[in-house]
This record gives sequence, C-alpha cells and structure tokens, in this order.
Amino acid sequence: MKRTALALAALLLAGTAIPATAADAPSKAPPSGDFAVTNVTVAIGDGSAPIRGGAVVVRGGRIVAAGKDVAVPAELPVIDGTGKWVTPGLVSAMTDLGLVDVGAVEESNDSYAGTARFSAGLDVSLAIDNDAPPVAVSRASGITRAGVAPIAANAIFAGQGAVIDLAQNGPDAVQPRAFQLVELGERGADLAGGSRVAAQALLRNALREARELAQRKPGKDTEGLTLGQPSDALLSRADAAALIPVVTGKQPLFVHVERAADIRGVLALGREFPALRLVIVGAGEGWRVANEIAAAKVPVLASALADLPGSFETLAATQSNVGRMTAAGVKVALGGFYDNDQPRYAPQFAGNLVGLSRVPGATGLSWGQALAAITSIPAEILGGGSTFGSLKPGFVADMVLWDGDPLEISTGAVTIFIDGKPQSLVNHQSRLRQRYRYPKESGLPKAYE
Amino acid sequence: MSEMTPFKSVGRAMLHLVAGLAVIAASSPGSAETKSAPGTPVWQENPFPSTYTPYPGEPTAIVGATVFDGTGGEIPSGIVLLRDSKVVAIGDARLAVPDGYRRIDGTGKFVTPGVIDIHSHLGVYASPGVPAHSDGNEATSPTTPQVWAEHSVWPQDPGFSRALTNGGVTTMQILPGSANLIGGRSVVLKNIYARTVQAMKFPGAPYGMKMACGENPKRVYGGRNQMPSTRMGNFAVDRQAWIKAAEYRKKRADGKLTERDLAMDTMADVLDGKILVQNHCYRADEMAQVIDMAKEFGYKVSAFHHAVEAYKIGDLLRDNGICAAIWADWWGFKMEAFDAIPENAALLADAGACVIIHSDDANGIQRLNQEAAKARAAGRRIGIDISDGQVIRWITLNPAKALGIDKQTGSLAAGKMGDVVLWNGNPLSVYSRPEKVWVDGALLFDATDPKRRPVSDFELGLPGEGDVK
Repeated sequence: MKRTALALAALLLAGTAIPATAADAPSKAPPSGDFAVTNVTVAIGDGSAPIRGGAVVVRGGRIVAAGKDVAVPAELPVIDGTGKWVTPGLVSAMTDLGLVDVGAVEESNDSYAGTARFSAGLDVSLAIDNDAPPVAVSRASGITRAGVAPIAANAIFAGQGAVIDLAQNGPDAVQPRAFQLVELGERGADLAGGSRVAAQALLRNALREARELAQRKPGKDTEGLTLGQPSDALLSRADAAALIPVVTGKQPLFVHVERAADIRGVLALGREFPALRLVIVGAGEGWRVANEIAAAKVPVLASALADLPGSFETLAATQSNVGRMTAAGVKVALGGFYDNDQPRYAPQFAGNLVGLSRVPGATGLSWGQALAAITSIPAEILGGGSTFGSLKPGFVADMVLWDGDPLEISTGAVTIFIDGKPQSLVNHQSRLRQRYRYPKESGLPKAYE
Repeated sequence: MSEMTPFKSVGRAMLHLVAGLAVIAASSPGSAETKSAPGTPVWQENPFPSTYTPYPGEPTAIVGATVFDGTGGEIPSGIVLLRDSKVVAIGDARLAVPDGYRRIDGTGKFVTPGVIDIHSHLGVYASPGVPAHSDGNEATSPTTPQVWAEHSVWPQDPGFSRALTNGGVTTMQILPGSANLIGGRSVVLKNIYARTVQAMKFPGAPYGMKMACGENPKRVYGGRNQMPSTRMGNFAVDRQAWIKAAEYRKKRADGKLTERDLAMDTMADVLDGKILVQNHCYRADEMAQVIDMAKEFGYKVSAFHHAVEAYKIGDLLRDNGICAAIWADWWGFKMEAFDAIPENAALLADAGACVIIHSDDANGIQRLNQEAAKARAAGRRIGIDISDGQVIRWITLNPAKALGIDKQTGSLAAGKMGDVVLWNGNPLSVYSRPEKVWVDGALLFDATDPKRRPVSDFELGLPGEGDVK
C-alpha cells in the first residue's frame, strides 16, 4: 500500500530544510521547551474571550501561565508576538489522519475494510502512519491532536479509534483504543442488513455478548481471548472482547446518528445501559432535541455548516444546529469538515458560526465558544480534557501562533508547537509552492529546483 | 454533489468521485426557429426556450455601502440604483438618487454583483441525495453529447435556496458529471424557484458542453473492460468523436444531412462556436494536450474546471485565453488532486491568466466569497497582493465571461441585469453574510424579512420548514 505516493512524499519531505520563499523562512529558529511569547493576543480555548497584550510562559513543554499580567522570567527566550495571536493547537476529534495517503487511491487507504473478518475488534492504532501527506498538511494548518477513527464498512461497529499528536517525527504518543465507533442511522441500517431495526438488534446483542464475556472472566476485562464464545454467538471473540471496555464504561462509544428520533434512541440506550459513555457523532437534527441531549450530559461532535436535507435523516439540518445545542447546554465540538481528513477547515467552520450570530433568527457561537469547539471541547471528548486543547497551566504546550484572528479566513499559522517543540511547516504543498512561485523554467527543468 | 462530504461513508465517497463535471446548454433568445433547407431534416434550434421573466421589483437605491463592481473596481460610500430589473447607475456619493426610489442604508455594508457559480450540480444531484435523485451522469457510454442537463434538473432542489441566502448566488451553470469524456450539454440558470426548468433558464445564455479528462472516465469505463481504460484511450475516443463531428458539421453546412444526430448536433455547434466547452481537467499536462486537441479540430475551451494544477501553466492558459475554474484549496482526495496548492489562484492571477472560483458542491456554493478570500490570502503570504475588487471578480465577471453572459450580468453597470448582493460586512471576511439579494431587480432574499426567504416544495410540512438555514 501507499507505496509510490509515500515514497514520493518522503522524498519531498526529506531535504526540505532550506526555505525557498519568504513565506517559508522563519526569521530565526523558534525556541523549544522553555520560552515565552509576549505582546500577543491570547486565546485560552476554554470559551473565554481573547486577551489583547497578553503572554504565554512555557517550561518543560508545558504551559506555566497564559493571559494578561503574566510574569515572564527574564532568563527565558522570548518570541515577540506583536500583531499575532496565540491559541491552543487545534484538535479534531474524528479524522482519518495517518490512515490515508490519498483517499481515492485504495491501496493507500486504511480507513475502511469492506471484507474484513473483524469489526469492533479492529484497532486503527496499529496502522497509523505519521508520514501520510495529510498529516503534514494538517499540521501546517494548526492541527496538533486528533482522534483517528475507522469507517464502518462491513458491520455497524467500525472499530477502535486512537488519539494521536501530529508531531513531525512520529507521534510522541499514540493513545490506542481510545473509543469505539458504531453506526446506528441510515448507514447502520444498511450495514446491519437493511433496517434500523436490524441495527438495534445487532447492537443489543453485541453489548450483551460483551457483557457475558466479561462476566465469564471475572477480574479481567480487556482481553478474554482465552475463553470461547457460546455456540450461538454472533460476534467473534476478538470483537466481543473489544466491546468489554465499552459496556464497562472504560471506553467511550461514539454513535453516529443524525435524525432527532435516532438521537432520542441513543439517549434511551444510555438509560438502558447506564455504564455506557456515549458521544453522539453527526446529530444533524440535534437542535430539535437539544434539551434532552443536555439533560443526559452526552457530548456531541457535529458538522458546523451542514444545512441541507442531504438525506431523510437530516431534513431539519441548519447551520444554527451547533449554536442552538450549545445554548441548551450541550457540549458540542466541530467535526466533519468536508471530509474526515480535512480538519484544516476547522477555523473557517468555527468562524462561520461566529458570523452566523449576526444573522437575524439564526443562532451562532461567541468567538470564545467557537474556538473552544475546535480545541478544548474535542479534547474533552477524546479524554484529553485535562492535558491538551487549552492554554491552562499544566497543559501540554500545543500552541499555534497566527498572523491574525485565527478564525478569520485570511489568517494563517506562523509557528506551531507540539509539547513545546516547534514543528516543521513543510509539506508536499509547500514544496510545490516554492518550486512554482515563478513557474517558467530557467536553465534546467523544474525537477532540478 | 461534491467530491467531498462530511462524515463520509464508503458508498457516498465513491459516488462523489464521479460527480465532477458538466456542460452548459445554450438557449438562443427569442422564439424557437425552424430550419427547413431542402433535403435536410427539420429541427428546432431552441426546442426548450427560456420562459424566465424577472419578478417585480421597486426602484431601489442602495446608499453608502462599499461597492465592488465586479470588474475589479471599488467605490467607498457608493450608490447603486436599480429599476425595471436593471442596474440604472452606480457611482460615488455624488450620484443623485432620483425621486421615487426606496433608499436602503448601506452604511458599513458591502455591495457586489450577484455571485455566479460556473460549476454546480444543483438540481441534477439534488438533495436529498437518494439514488432517485442521481441524474447527473449518463454513465452508459463514454461520450454522450446528446444529453442535456436541463432534462435532469429538479427545480425543487432545496440547495438552490441555500446558495441564494447564504452564498448570494444569482446565476449558476448546471453541468452533467464527469463520468463521461463528453458528458452532455449544460444549462445556465437564474437562481430562482420556478415550476419549470424553462422558467429558470437564463435568457440568451449560450449552451456549454461538458468534457472530462483524466481519472474519472477511464475508471468508469475501464472498470467495465471498455474503452477508455487509460488516458491515451481518453484522447483517442475524444478525437474519434471530433472527426465524426467535423464530417457531420460539413454535411450540415452543405445541406447534405439525411438524418439528424442529437449528439453530433451538439458537437457541431461547438465547432461552429455556438456552444462553449467546459472541460473538467486537473493536471497541467492534460490541459496542455487538450489545448492542442482543440486546435486540431478548431474549437475553443472556455474554461478548465477543477484545474488544480493550472498554476504550473498559467502562461499557457493566458496565451490561449482559457479560464481556470478552481476550488480555493481542495487537495489530495484523489491522485490527480495531489499537486493542488492553495496558491493556485494567486499564481494564475500573477501570470495574467483568468481565475474563477467554483464550487462543484452544494455546500461550497454557499461560500464562494470565502473561498475566493482564502485563495487570495494564500497568495498574499507569498508576496502576491490582489485587491478586494479583483478577488470579487473571480466569482462575478470572470465566470460570466466564461459562460458567455458577461454582456448581461457579472458586473454592476448601467443596463445590466439587476443581480445584486448587499452583504452585512466585507464579503471577503468569514464573518459576513448576504443581507439582501436581488435577482433582476427583484428582492428575492432579505435576512431581516422571513417572507423573503424561499422554501422549496420538498421542504413543506417537513421538520425545519422555513427555518433560517
């Protein structure tokens, strides 16, 4: 798989230390690990408004302080942030980063497996490739952490997702088996044999088989592989074992549904199986049942700008969906940016929700809420709510310096840190940009530039 | 339908990969005309004529807004006068507002011509995207110049309203998809709901013919063990079709046709310069070869659509007078999109080539202004500075030119159609939205008036009817 494309990409990524244009040439190498950014507009990411003339202090790759009136120790290297903004690194909760080089090049795409023998037991962490070109492109756009999810292709359960950072030399840490993903809407119906009825029967049976497997092996709740499944079991041992952390509440269950009735069904499922840690993905009609979602304290990962009745499960789609759910008290993160592998659109989508708040009759987000929807809230959904996604003291120093308001369309990322370490902004696109800034050949073919 | 979609599933992703390109259909103005040269078959030149007529409007003066006129110009504190479906005048604060005009205070707001999307599949891949609505690719033969997109358009697609209210789009070219090398005729529509497609058709717009290069045709037909299965097969099938069309055209001109051929009618009209070629083509090398093929047979490509590698050959496109219709920054979803870069538009502009920002997407069509702004910003970061006014031209006058309708719309000038958007802020900001949209001088969207918000038949009585979308 991904052989030719990757080889090419690796080649392009390799000798790219020499910037060819002003845009690619930082005035000097940014400091690492221990430093401060001063005279900068600071956006914490927790929903609060941005702070002008602030500073951020980083030590040992972690945030010490961020905001106004921050004491900057004299010995620290300082980045002058005049005219710039700093935010937490962006977090995208459900992507295919690291699973795909080029989406339509099947052999380079590990995001789904239509004829696989397993489903819930699939573990994407074993296939993640940090060199996949979309990782570098996303990193240069300010994405620093992501959930990586498989796509359900042979059963309602897609498998177990992972959480990665996008650091350039391979993730410092991949958190495997961070969540399970199940399809219970139209897609789930299709995968289950043709109806939501069948999907619900499969789901309940799967949860029961997992629970029974867990009970047959008291004290062990992760593998259970030494025990056989009953002869009438539908799940393989590996798939049933993978669902044990779901039924015991150790691993969140991401449920993709869109229509109001299906969302209610998921909330009912939560009452039936109280140990489940549910996250609703999609929720195109979430605004219609926003109070119920809020009461159940189930977080949502929604597409910000979906406003078309693209299917009969999204008839009531509106761009006000996220704003209305947020206003009702639901924790909503943004996802589904065009395609799963394009989280670089996150700031534009978030900015649109701020703009929406100026449209009569529509409900958008405040600027602080919009930034939180692409930083701290997705971090919380991924289980990183006390470690990344915000510039609060003690959090890892995943930070992006922007050349303006980060939610504005004309703004770009200038410097990116993951765990306090500066990251390369070089990728396939930036190298092409350098080569073709002046497209005419001179002396030798472009291939020699 | 687009090539990309939120929360993708496998089935949808594959569908979208072929829903790429389309062609335009031209309706000559005036009544249908019958030809009856002796010995030749009898046919109508314009069998599905436009029945569109502007809706009533009132004389309107938009006063005090920043006006981008579509040609690249910008007037601070400008005045735009609309009356009898037309632009009467535009000017600065010294322009007198005649009596009887409704004054709209544009202070702090912005005016542009109605946005034009040169590449849309609204109506032919309508929402909801169920198989019953999949009418954009006649994927039963690699060349189908005989099909006309207007016969697939569903006028009740809810997407039309989103494009109007969120995108300020007043004119669209609806194209067949890109499964075929020659996909059929396109149609240019005014963005208004109507009972019939004919009542949406842009009066006097020339037809277009959709062609496609590259991966899609060879995949669709190669997958059936049928020609073309390669890029060389693509060109061979195209050239064979043009040879046939050239013979047909000569016979037609000489009055020697004994039998009509719908497919050849369309291609011969291209050779006669009456129908514009709209060519889906990603890669620079393929565009260069299409340019030579067009010279070989004596036709002209109006625009290369999805031209993600256009930046590599900006000089060639400029010298041949071909526009590049592009996304701001779609990248990497298929092999032929691997070399897409966000600086594409700016590098083209730097080379003096014609830039158009298009959508190919029922969501993207709602944000062409933002896409244009994004493309400009990428250029600015490599030292190419393009004015706001010129960027607005990428989504107004340039697409109008490539559609052959720039005499009627695409810029704000006396006598042109009153297609106008009043934005609540600079349209090149992510925070701005259309506040009012006029089509031929009729106010068809007003964010402050729920009665001026269109709702398609499909949405009546369903959850979300009439909501702010």
